[in-house]
Amino acid sequence: MAQTLFEKVWNQHAVRQLPTGQTQLYIGLHLIHEVTSPQAFDMLRARGWTVRAPHRTFATVDHIVPTASVARPFQDAMAEQMTAALEKSCLEHKIPLFDLSSGRQGIVHVIGPELGLTQPGMTIACGDSHTSTHGAFGALAFGIGTSQVRDVLASQCLAMTPLKVRRISVSGNLAAGVYAKDIILTIIQRLGVEGGVGFAYEYAGDTIERLTMDERMTICNMSIEGGARIGYVNPDETTADYLAGRLFAPIGANFVAAKKRWAALASDPGARYDDEVSFRAEEIAPTVTWGTNPGQSIGVGDRLPAGADPDSLAFMGFRAGQPIAGTKVDVAFIGSCTNGRLSDLREAARVIAGRKVAPNVRAMVVPGSQAVRKAAEKEGLHEIFQAAGFDWRGAGCSMCLAMNPDRLNGSEVCASSSNRNFKGRQGSPTGRTLLMSPAMVAAAAIEGAVVDVRKILTLEGR
Amino acid sequence: MENSAITSVSGHAIVLRGNDIDTDRIIPARFLKTVTFDGLDANVFFDDRAAMRRDGGVHPFDAPASIGATMLIVNKNFGCGSSREHAPQALYRRGFRAVVGESFADIFFSNSLMIGLACVSLGADDIESLMKIVEGNPALVVAVNLESGVATAGGKSWPIQLPPHARHALISGQWDGAGLLLQNYADVEAVDAKLPYSF
Ligand code: SF4
Repeated sequence: MAQTLFEKVWNQHAVRQLPTGQTQLYIGLHLIHEVTSPQAFDMLRARGWTVRAPHRTFATVDHIVPTASVARPFQDAMAEQMTAALEKSCLEHKIPLFDLSSGRQGIVHVIGPELGLTQPGMTIACGDSHTSTHGAFGALAFGIGTSQVRDVLASQCLAMTPLKVRRISVSGNLAAGVYAKDIILTIIQRLGVEGGVGFAYEYAGDTIERLTMDERMTICNMSIEGGARIGYVNPDETTADYLAGRLFAPIGANFVAAKKRWAALASDPGARYDDEVSFRAEEIAPTVTWGTNPGQSIGVGDRLPAGADPDSLAFMGFRAGQPIAGTKVDVAFIGSCTNGRLSDLREAARVIAGRKVAPNVRAMVVPGSQAVRKAAEKEGLHEIFQAAGFDWRGAGCSMCLAMNPDRLNGSEVCASSSNRNFKGRQGSPTGRTLLMSPAMVAAAAIEGAVVDVRKILTLEGR
Repeated sequence: MENSAITSVSGHAIVLRGNDIDTDRIIPARFLKTVTFDGLDANVFFDDRAAMRRDGGVHPFDAPASIGATMLIVNKNFGCGSSREHAPQALYRRGFRAVVGESFADIFFSNSLMIGLACVSLGADDIESLMKIVEGNPALVVAVNLESGVATAGGKSWPIQLPPHARHALISGQWDGAGLLLQNYADVEAVDAKLPYSF
């Protein structure tokens, strides 16, 4: 019978049905980081358990690491303690750790794919909601809490309830200046931040098929903002091409075999979906959030909706009906697991090249990984950013969640390429976040206000 | 490890209105700078409460009636956003044993279940009646019976929704399922052995 990728991968990893009715699901790859794992290792120790599959477990430091000076011990004693705790646990349990000195450190959802750890057909878990990112490769990738991190460490399994599958198809050509970020913001706007609860999102259609892996990752990354615990794209040539030659990817004859296997994982024609929705790429504009959840967004040329949530309006200091373009920004942040990859930095650099950051705007670029940073420097992107007045930082989550010193002050407005505009998300309880694509952040940095990137630069359509 | 069966929860309640209350609001990220879950309860809704105070208001978590509350009543999509277990941990440590709401975000729901914090759903109209009744009398005992599937308060009752696996896990005391996952481990190894990928 015709099956979805979800069903194929799920069935291959199902161990048994538990007495609760849930499925015991085997996890092929477990990624851990410093913020959600210390308590899990403590729980493990308290029960006298050990790490069951250290060879399927990989660690990095991303959430709390400083992106300015990384000299140890860190200035922030707590950041030092949490990093040291992870180092100790990894040493004790023989878990590979990509630390700051490895040259391979970075945001967990950036380095997994980059190292070729993330592969089609896997089940992946990580104590972070944006684990959905890895679904871009046709994997089932679940964000989990700390007790579940403990479960995976101890048993390499999770107790899970199967999800329904919603096929979201996007077809047609994206207009110039419109990016993957705009696609996913538009999807979330239409389907709602709660619309995906209980669902896996399968992204399909010719627009999605033409996207690069970086772009597919941006889309899958934000599935969780639409309430869907996982999102995925069926693997194809683009997927295999991306993985070829990566550190942990299969090589030689193994790669050829894997490629065949990966292609067969794609949802079969005629597979049954629990729901199907479609979008036209032509109708998607550069999109900006105006509120305090990622579903509250409009096209950059539009006005805030008449029925806009009063609480969000009050927090943001906006009025219903006002245009979003022209909103003054104080900070510009390019980075995060949504848009901190090389192609994101390239697009932003295209906008910035030869221009200057507006006075009074604090602008920074935080590459998603050390490898992204290095590759960007090889292309000279850092010089473009620095010449424009951007701060060029080390890799990490940084101002996406502001657990390190990078944060908003007071009620600053931040044009951000990250994924969450929640109240207080960027470190100041009254700080305000406008989510948009990296190119739009770059444009806002130059203009000192929200502006349609297409006014700054005439880009070619795709 | 054996957990206790949770068949019913009751106590007085806090009403927290609003849809899409995310885990960054429940426990802001700076309080995640810790290697234990101890003490999180003091900082639950820290920024929301401070903002309320600044505006001269009183956040439901700071109202005198909130002391000793074990039940939290919320609206739609509670706990969306970050997967941080710190959010349900903070609520649990603050004394809550059940969250009654219109709906919950997936990860928040499963994190809560793993620590024995029952999240049960009521229809939108039922939540509104329950909220009104509790707001009218904050000392009222709200009870949720997981076995019979009913919530009661002030002489009224409403049917609750709880996914079968969560109901089973709570009333059988198997809500922290780590032990279950380790049973008959040969079956797990068999699945592992058949996987076409490795590192
Ligand atoms: S970049 Fe932001 S969203 Fe991504 S893992 Fe880090 S904190 Fe989470």
